[in-house]
Amino acid sequence: MMILSGDPPRSRVLTLVLILIILALALTPFLFPGAKALNVAAKICVFAALVASYDLLLGYTGSVSFAHTMFYGIGSYAIAIALYGMGPNWGAVATGIVVGLPLAALLALAIGLFSLRVAAIFFAMITLAVASAFQVLASQLSWLTGGEDGRSFQLPELLRPGTVLISRNVLGFEVNGRILTYYLVFAVSALMILALLRVVNSPFGRVLQAIRENRFRAEALGFRTVFHLTYANCLAALVAAGAGILNALWLRYAGPDTSLSFSIMLDILLMVVIGGMGTIYGAIIGATIFILAQNYLQSLMGVASKAASEAGLPLLPGLLHPDRWLLWLGLLFIASVYFFPTGVVGRLRNGGGDKSAGTSH
Amino acid sequence: MTELAATDPLPKPKRDIAPILLPIAVALVMIPLIGSPSTWLTLTAASLAMGMMIFIMASGLTLVFGLMDVLNFGHGAFIAVGAYVATLVLAPFAASLQADSLWMNLAVLAPAALLSMAVSGALGLIVERVLILPVYGQHLKQILMTTGGLIVAEQTLYAVWGPQIIPTPLPTSLRGSFILGDVAIAKYRVLAMLIGLVVFIAIQLVLNRTKLGLLIRAGVENREMVEALGYRIRRLFLGVFMTGSALAGLGGVMWALYREQVHASMSDDLTVLIFIVVIIGGLGSIGGCFIGAILVAMIANYGGFLVPKLALVSNILLMVAILMWRPRGLYAVTSR
Repeated sequence: MMILSGDPPRSRVLTLVLILIILALALTPFLFPGAKALNVAAKICVFAALVASYDLLLGYTGSVSFAHTMFYGIGSYAIAIALYGMGPNWGAVATGIVVGLPLAALLALAIGLFSLRVAAIFFAMITLAVASAFQVLASQLSWLTGGEDGRSFQLPELLRPGTVLISRNVLGFEVNGRILTYYLVFAVSALMILALLRVVNSPFGRVLQAIRENRFRAEALGFRTVFHLTYANCLAALVAAGAGILNALWLRYAGPDTSLSFSIMLDILLMVVIGGMGTIYGAIIGATIFILAQNYLQSLMGVASKAASEAGLPLLPGLLHPDRWLLWLGLLFIASVYFFPTGVVGRLRNGGGDKSAGTSH
Repeated sequence: MTELAATDPLPKPKRDIAPILLPIAVALVMIPLIGSPSTWLTLTAASLAMGMMIFIMASGLTLVFGLMDVLNFGHGAFIAVGAYVATLVLAPFAASLQADSLWMNLAVLAPAALLSMAVSGALGLIVERVLILPVYGQHLKQILMTTGGLIVAEQTLYAVWGPQIIPTPLPTSLRGSFILGDVAIAKYRVLAMLIGLVVFIAIQLVLNRTKLGLLIRAGVENREMVEALGYRIRRLFLGVFMTGSALAGLGGVMWALYREQVHASMSDDLTVLIFIVVIIGGLGSIGGCFIGAILVAMIANYGGFLVPKLALVSNILLMVAILMWRPRGLYAVTSR
């Protein structure tokens, strides 16, 4: 209870699903051999943390930000540029963290202060504009960021796949630097999610929910809503940058497509809404569903598309083409905002019934 | 205090002309910076043409927000759909587009633009009924719903037309430039300016000179009051939404010819641009939107000529500067 900050999943099915996901992630290197499974698992860990931090904004304060990938990208690029420029040592990793995290927090502070000065409705639009400018900037400053190619780098000795920590003879399987990196990603992501759970269940988190429900009333109660919103913005940016650092460490690469593109922003939005806004647990569920679909549904769609084109059906092969999987997720997204706005988690907590006890906006 | 007699006319509301002077001032300041007057004229014409096109695309968005407090993040989809639909007409009649006769070219362009407007207007009807009607008054859900709509629309375009870029070459008679002394002004830009001006004047006339416009303006000011007077503001709004979508479609066609290519992701870049314009102008204000569009285009053209490196962030800087001056945009229309 302590570790969950007194906010248990509150549903037997949900608890079971969460335990299953976490066990599967923890044991992936041993249960599912192969590089692809490990990649998918690492991506789920990183995105669970990233989406949870976005949930702090969207679900708990009710403000839509389109600049979340920018902070994620800042984290990724900070570590990539540091390791690329200073060589593969731990000093470079530390430099990347020390530069990346405060930079993300400062930028979040600036955006928060600026867009809260103007009408609150502008927040979503302004974050969208700033994020797109940042994306262009990152691809143009190629001397620093490597432009469209991004930056590939080497990890410190300990984290490399070639480093064998426990050889195959001892336990029957090999524990190498790659697996160590995976557990680093897993542990840090878990820590960040638990920290976010702590934040939303603190008095501060309660104020955020009060602001979401009725900003005017929260202000009338004497809370400085601007301070609370900006603070939440900075916290979310810090965690997003942290997730970006993990992502870059795992991929040994940072580039516009993997850490800055607008499609990642849409992915995050989809994950939060499908998982359930304002629950934190929804982030884990949403990230798992989405990334599994992204990696395994596509091949299924390829088969269906081929079958449709062999059957000579018009249009269907195009609609079922593996590259068009986002189309179906978009439809799923609209349907979930429509029919179950509280997402999977809200649905499970309400026992499957359509009670309107969930969050309302 | 001066005494007012009953026969005196009512005191006129003060006209706020500072925003109107702003683009003129920007243009004048640029003359010495650019140096050559002919270059300045060419750049100014280019900014006016680009600004008009952006205005056509953004006008619907700002009215929709002003009238019904609906934030449509999928507005860019109408632009892309308009552009793609136009290729349906432009591609089969490519031969008459290449003919060196203005009338033959226009005989293809006009139906293409009209079809685009009809299709994106009809799409607007569907989007309003399906995506926006269920979430009136809920900003968060509006943003989510319309973003979802944008994804679906973009992916459908990819599925139907494929991921490749479709070229849309300009008709022969609209290529090249008018040469006045040593000033060259591209013919297509003149056409774009004319269409933009016509649209702007038409919107202003409808808004200020007709009963329909009176109701729309009243709805922007105070929705409940108009409803209380017995008008069906939902139906009015549907009309505005469809008109805005159709205008976005027209803007899409013009933009496609301006860039001479169509791509499904064009809606992404343009969405950001029209958001900036709408924010600068003040949500809900047509005049502000017009000035905002011209300012953005001026910054893009002058900035691109003087300091190309700055062009990337110049829009953001412009937005920051304007919002520091007037936090609600150039003309704050709504009380929201």
